[in-house]
Amino acid sequence: MLVNQFLFLAALLFCIGVYGVIARKNAVLVLMSIELILNAVNLNFVAFALRSGNADGHTFALYIIAIAAAEVGVGLALVLLIFRNRKTISLDDLSEMKG
Amino acid sequence: MIAAAEALQTLSSGWFLEHAWLIPIIPAIGFAIIILFGKKLPMKGSEIGLLSMIASLVLAGGTAMQWIDRVGSGAEGQFIAPVVRTWNWWQIGGMNFTIGQSIDGLAVIILVVVAFISTLVQLYSTEYLNGDRRYTHFFAALTLFSAGMLAMVIAEDTILLLLGWEIMGLCSFMLIGHWWEDGANSRAALKAFFTVRTGDMGLLIGVAMLYFASNDWTTEHLGVSGFSIRGISAWALSGEPNSTVILVAAVALFIAAIGKSGQFPLHTWLPDAMAGPTPVSSLLHSSTMVVAGVFLVSRLYPVFFTGFDILGTGGNLIMVIGAITIVIAAALAFVQNDIKKVLAYSTVSQLGYMMLGLGAGAWLPAVFHIFTHAFFKACLFLGAGSISHSASHHSFDMKKDMGGLRKVMPITFTTWIISTLALCGVFPFSGFFSKDEIIDNVGNNGYQMFMIIGLLGAFMTAAYMTRATYLTFFGEARGASAGEHHDEHATAHAAHDSHDSHDAHDAHVADHGDHGPHESGWRITLPLVLLAVLALSSGLLNATPFGEKWERIKTWVEPRAEVVMETAPGGPGHSKLLSVPSAAEEGHHDSPCGSETPEEGVCYAPQLVHAKFKWSKAMLSLGIVFLGIALSWIVSTMLYTRKDKRLVGLTERNGVLRSGYNLLVNKYYLDALYEKVIVKAIAGPIAAAAYWFNQNVLDGILHAIAAVSRVFSGWVYRNIDQRVVDGTVNNSGKATKGAGGVLAPVQSGKVSQYGALLFSAAAVAALVLVIINS
Repeated sequence: MLVNQFLFLAALLFCIGVYGVIARKNAVLVLMSIELILNAVNLNFVAFALRSGNADGHTFALYIIAIAAAEVGVGLALVLLIFRNRKTISLDDLSEMKG
Repeated sequence: MIAAAEALQTLSSGWFLEHAWLIPIIPAIGFAIIILFGKKLPMKGSEIGLLSMIASLVLAGGTAMQWIDRVGSGAEGQFIAPVVRTWNWWQIGGMNFTIGQSIDGLAVIILVVVAFISTLVQLYSTEYLNGDRRYTHFFAALTLFSAGMLAMVIAEDTILLLLGWEIMGLCSFMLIGHWWEDGANSRAALKAFFTVRTGDMGLLIGVAMLYFASNDWTTEHLGVSGFSIRGISAWALSGEPNSTVILVAAVALFIAAIGKSGQFPLHTWLPDAMAGPTPVSSLLHSSTMVVAGVFLVSRLYPVFFTGFDILGTGGNLIMVIGAITIVIAAALAFVQNDIKKVLAYSTVSQLGYMMLGLGAGAWLPAVFHIFTHAFFKACLFLGAGSISHSASHHSFDMKKDMGGLRKVMPITFTTWIISTLALCGVFPFSGFFSKDEIIDNVGNNGYQMFMIIGLLGAFMTAAYMTRATYLTFFGEARGASAGEHHDEHATAHAAHDSHDSHDAHDAHVADHGDHGPHESGWRITLPLVLLAVLALSSGLLNATPFGEKWERIKTWVEPRAEVVMETAPGGPGHSKLLSVPSAAEEGHHDSPCGSETPEEGVCYAPQLVHAKFKWSKAMLSLGIVFLGIALSWIVSTMLYTRKDKRLVGLTERNGVLRSGYNLLVNKYYLDALYEKVIVKAIAGPIAAAAYWFNQNVLDGILHAIAAVSRVFSGWVYRNIDQRVVDGTVNNSGKATKGAGGVLAPVQSGKVSQYGALLFSAAAVAALVLVIINS
């Protein structure tokens, strides 16, 4: 079944994304990893839309792409501000938010 | 009818024509290899870029040869069907989108030009950017850029066209901002990107409109979707479309072309884009990227033809914009001291000619001008790069750092002169055959006013190019080219020249910072010489003055305006088409295409007329060009060498001239208009509205909620919390304190640990879900 291969690819992308979010210290790389996760979800949407034969999944994927663009915009703005204040974007140095 | 059908030949095809889709694929793969492994390769990825471009060039050459054979195999006046191959790309909700190639004369000529110029520019860059800190990335972007342009050229459908178009936009951003450490460069890159994007909206809208307007017709008659360029062309000429719809679609597409091709009023990005390395200017801003807009108009010509009623009465938007662009850009070129900016404005002005030609129904001369202009303008840009690389210490300022270079740089000088004469349109250089054809045909089609503007533009072109040539190669050597030492110069430069602060310095100071101006190495001069030879000779491919036999490009490239029988929906690459060939010798005026609704068949191209060449008209324009050269030479000598008192400082003394000069120096205040007025007018209110919304609405809601919850929590505190909860809490508090002590390290404040917890919790939850469900 063709859909299976899409799902495997999506799962792989998702795992790479999760690994990136957890293991990477660089905020920009973390943002990129989040993008990967989002796109893995997109791929799932499109794969299932292909199987069910209607366009809803594609529409959802388009929405996600648009929202992901906004998300990256906000995320990069945050990173930029952090960098201006701290001269670093390493997430390990940003650990003030603890209980 | 039967006799006519017998006269038709089966068109030949061949491996190269059928596999032309490989041409953009090769550099695209090259890009992937460079970006992934480039830094580990012995030549840092440049060899992959160069090799992939050479492979594309070979394929493009083969395609061109076989296309010429194909044209030759057809009967006189027979419609030469493009070689079409399509594949299913994606399906959604019952709609089927295809991707594919459509090779016809226009595609072939542009393919050859793009592949050729790209190859030379890559070779040139290996020396020019030698030692650059982002050498590999530069080659990756350059290669991807070429892939984008080539993909756009072979596109069978508007989607692939859009894709290639956007790839180019992205790559131009990366390449213009190549030295982004300098704020001016990254600003220029952003400006180029956003200005072009403004136009790109038009392309999206136009493509969508054309799809929805034409899809039913194309599916019924040709069996292709409303994205197919062939389908759209046939639809536009079928007499079917609503004139308002097609006009709006044509305007939208033309806005895209205005943005990409640097036409007035969106031309402001192009001169700033000179902030990129010189090979980039040569590739993007003389011969490929900016040509994309012109290519779009010539590719979807039937849409514009019908939409704007070209050849109808009165002028149209394309002509007006083209004519305005010719004059205003040429005027701006006079006040530039930066040699690359002179060339940039010259490019804008020449693109105006192409648009003027297209708008006036001179399709072939405009396409031919793309062809010749690519060679001589690339040569001029590379020549400017050669000067800055080897003679003027990376300065592009003609007044401060150049002059008298003809003796030290003989090869650069000779190639520059040849290309300048070609640009000015001097017989027998290539520009003469294309530009003069445009002007001639504009007049011939009844637009006398625009012909005069074209001639005025030719005069101005000759004059500003003479000024630039004089300042660069004649007179006394000044500044860096006089051998002034680099160090004492560097500070002076940084103040006035933004190009100057770019990198390459580090490598070059050690390299040849100590000796004065000299000729560049073979990797720079070889492209120059090749391009100069073509600037000299490429015009002969369509030399109208010498008679029909010389009009080869016309035979090969111009689509024949014949009524073609509707083919059955289906197979790709149908090379055999039944058509009703015209009986007349000339083929003029008797094809109904473009002028009336074709019966029993479709047209793919409108019938256009060609002006008869007359030496008297050519002499007039040549006279104007020589007058421009002579006048400009005299003024330049008086102004820059003899420092004539009557001329020096005239712009400060005379009020009228001063205001004119200020207007030009400030680029008609368009930049100020865009940045200070339009951007402020749009961004200001949005920001103010957002602030007001934040302050009044959001904060108001928050305050209200806070007030309500305070009252509520006061009641809760007094009645429930103190009496009921506290007892319980005090006990559980003790328990929690113990647990908290254990869990406290989890709250480390480290985002990645939180992420890990989040994902592992989600994974556990998913596992539980799976177990429960199964």
